[in-house]
Amino acid sequence: MTALAPIIPAWIDIGAVEDVPLRGARRIVTAEGAVAIFRTGDGQVFALKDQCPHKQGPLSQGIVHGHSVACPLHNWVIDLATGEPTGADAGKGCTPVVPVTVEGDRLFIPASG
Amino acid sequence: MRERLVVVGNGMAGCRAIEEVLKRDPDRYEIVVFGAEPRVNYNRIMLSPVLAGEKTFDDIVINDAAWYADNAITLHAGRAVQAVDPAAKVVRAEGGLEVAYDKLILACGSDPIRLPLPGADLKGVVTFRDLDDVEAMVAAADRGGQAVVIGGGLLGLEAAYGLARRGMKATVIHLMDVLMERQLDSAAGFLLKEALKERGVEVILSANSEEIVGEDGKVSGLRLKDGRVIGCDLLVMAVGIRPSTALAKAAGLETNRGVVVDDGMRTSDPAIFAIGECAEHRGIAYGLVAPIWDMCRTLADVLTGEEDAAYEGSLLSTRLKVSGVDVFSAGEFSGGEGCEDIVFRDAGRGVYKRLVVRDGRLVGAVMFGDAADGNWYFDLMRQAAEVADIRDTIVFGQAITEGLRGLDPSSAVAAMADTAEICGCNGVCKGAITGAISAQGLTTLDAVRSVTKASGSCGSCTPLVEQLLKLTLGDGFTAETGPKSVCKCTHHPHAAVRERILAEGMKSIPHVMQALEWTTPDGCASCRPALNYYLLCAWPGEYQDDSQSRFINERAHANIQKDGTYSVVPRMWGGLTSPAELRAIADVADKFDIPTVKVTGGQRIDLLGVKKEDLPAVWADLNAAGMVSGHAYGKALRTVKTCVGTDWCRFGTQDSTGLGVKIEKFTWGSWAPAKVKMAVSGCPRNCAEATCKDVGVICVDSGYEIHIGGAAGLHIKGTEILTKVATEEAAIETIAAVMQLYREEAWYLERIYKWMARVGLESIQARIADDVGRRALFDRFAHSQRFAQIDPWAERVEGRHAYEFTPIAMAAE
Repeated sequence: MTALAPIIPAWIDIGAVEDVPLRGARRIVTAEGAVAIFRTGDGQVFALKDQCPHKQGPLSQGIVHGHSVACPLHNWVIDLATGEPTGADAGKGCTPVVPVTVEGDRLFIPASG
Repeated sequence: MRERLVVVGNGMAGCRAIEEVLKRDPDRYEIVVFGAEPRVNYNRIMLSPVLAGEKTFDDIVINDAAWYADNAITLHAGRAVQAVDPAAKVVRAEGGLEVAYDKLILACGSDPIRLPLPGADLKGVVTFRDLDDVEAMVAAADRGGQAVVIGGGLLGLEAAYGLARRGMKATVIHLMDVLMERQLDSAAGFLLKEALKERGVEVILSANSEEIVGEDGKVSGLRLKDGRVIGCDLLVMAVGIRPSTALAKAAGLETNRGVVVDDGMRTSDPAIFAIGECAEHRGIAYGLVAPIWDMCRTLADVLTGEEDAAYEGSLLSTRLKVSGVDVFSAGEFSGGEGCEDIVFRDAGRGVYKRLVVRDGRLVGAVMFGDAADGNWYFDLMRQAAEVADIRDTIVFGQAITEGLRGLDPSSAVAAMADTAEICGCNGVCKGAITGAISAQGLTTLDAVRSVTKASGSCGSCTPLVEQLLKLTLGDGFTAETGPKSVCKCTHHPHAAVRERILAEGMKSIPHVMQALEWTTPDGCASCRPALNYYLLCAWPGEYQDDSQSRFINERAHANIQKDGTYSVVPRMWGGLTSPAELRAIADVADKFDIPTVKVTGGQRIDLLGVKKEDLPAVWADLNAAGMVSGHAYGKALRTVKTCVGTDWCRFGTQDSTGLGVKIEKFTWGSWAPAKVKMAVSGCPRNCAEATCKDVGVICVDSGYEIHIGGAAGLHIKGTEILTKVATEEAAIETIAAVMQLYREEAWYLERIYKWMARVGLESIQARIADDVGRRALFDRFAHSQRFAQIDPWAERVEGRHAYEFTPIAMAAE
């Protein structure tokens, strides 16, 4: 963390990239609520509030495909980059995107304010 | 008098910078170069082909001795610079040599990272950085034996390939789960792994190195954290590079990961510049060659009077140098609004291409098997060119795209010559298709298929054949729908996918997606669970279940509820339970504050509202009382309901409870296309409601009626009688056989009644009546059960997939 401190002082280390399964997700509970951290098949990392805009389903439990996740409750497909539902459900609300960054093999999200 | 320009580093960056300066102003500087290696400048990125024996050192020399002489450059080769004194503007080299400078360029490059593993100092442990390393590896390879390469990045793979070419058995140990994970996605990574295997390089993914073991001071193997030991006579560490900053740091220059430079390549001292792998520009230290060329151009501008020249960072592209394996990667793959994947697969040629388009511009490309258009794509990215108008053809490459530019797809088809091949699988050209349509009055796709064979195999030319029908028939053609495809990621129907998995021995999801030319990089929530099931069913004991391709309930082995909690249903064999089990269930409910305890329709008990983190502990307690998973969450055998039969009932004709328990004990754990519910009733009064189950048994005086195809959910349907048998053994054999037939034939999510409606009851009856066929089905089911009857709860109590049940812990801030 020391090397990063001058660049991004407000970020906190939440674990190794490999802690999040490929084409899968992990959940992390923060002061602002649960956050879902996703790792897609091409190794990209995304984070969303762990709540589907439809019925608040935990997106961290869904099937990750491409850059989307299918909500486990009613199969809404949410775009991981924008938090927006896609396909037939496009335009029906949005899940807040949580900034996440990768430095080396570590994952960082903003320290909760 | 001319100013003196001193360059520290006789590598690719240092020499290219000199060339660029000379190009602009050959007489401006007196130039002095220091190099740590005792030789002239060579192309370091071509060391891999030298290792592989495909090139010699002479082939990769960039600037020979004559070049230094012709340009009046003083070269101090084999003399490492030991100190820079910015105040006195002097460098000090080995042997006490001191040279004053007016301008100084640091092009020190980088050092290979050596993992601090125990045994790292053993003889036979090398890195892959310079010609000395290559010579050491070549010498080792001449002695034969085995090599281990730690690191599955570009350099590690090239090293392993080179060693395999030289006759060693090479194994790559990679920490991540995808090879070259910074450049490739998992689909391309899979293909690369297979291609390397064909070339004699084994790859072990997700492997953590623990210790290098040795004998008599010499390496003999690598021990992984999981205890495996991979024997080797040579161990290459290719885990990355670290910018060489020691010299700059000692001179008091600002350093971070590399030597920090501004856009003009200046360090914190205005007379000192840094370029190449030792430099850090806008927070990035590059490890590839293309940015070096960009930096050198800017630096030369600055050094020859164009003070405002600015380097603005580089877009990166990577090409793997392994003969016959074309791999290219450029740009980025992070999604975003309007971000779209274009995927092209050609199973015949082993090609996978994925392009990422955002806001009408190409932003990333991954290619495997055919990287000929890599440079074209890379140019489009660098120019940020609009690609919206070539969106439909871009993935086919430059030649086709330019050829069809401005034409709409149907006129493009119309413009094709009659000799142009439409169907590559069956070698059918355009003229043959249009000719058949006109001559034989064909009006449907199926008719064209049966007459010409076009689009009859892989089906990827179906859109083209439809275009030809449309062109030839005009309005007389209406597109029809064939068998439904698995999902929008593929045009293949379920049956074709299942057949080809078996026929071609495909044993992984990426393999199927490549061979059947999926149009997405890693499928979707519909096809992935289907493929996972098909593979599991086809290769019991061999296929490795992909938990990320399972719906959450099957991944967590519990049912997700509307509030994100889970429900837990332990198995109660045939609906029987005991005071001890009930006590254990009650204790679990108390201990974990489980809010709802309910009796299910399948004669067992459901614990609702369990927190996900508590699941393993709940299961541990249930396991301790002898209970296992009830698979109430799975496309699997759920329950076998029973009535009390001859044990207690005055009407009972057979031991229905006992038979139900036997059936459940034999069939539990089996995965199926959809859920399977069974019941056994002891007499035709049918108290176990067996005639609305997927499989039901009605006991009668003379034996057992086996029923199938009932449903009482979305649709209500009574069962049909499959057959009647005389003994319990025969009943169990028949049920197992029909279960296996269903498992092998049905489409994913197809319940037994739907499968039966599709293939016909008679067809099922005929195959079950056949003694040999039935026995074979039974045997395959029994074989599959050997691997399926492992309690998933107990495995997870033991710690399997622990990450699934624990949220990431928030580290202390």
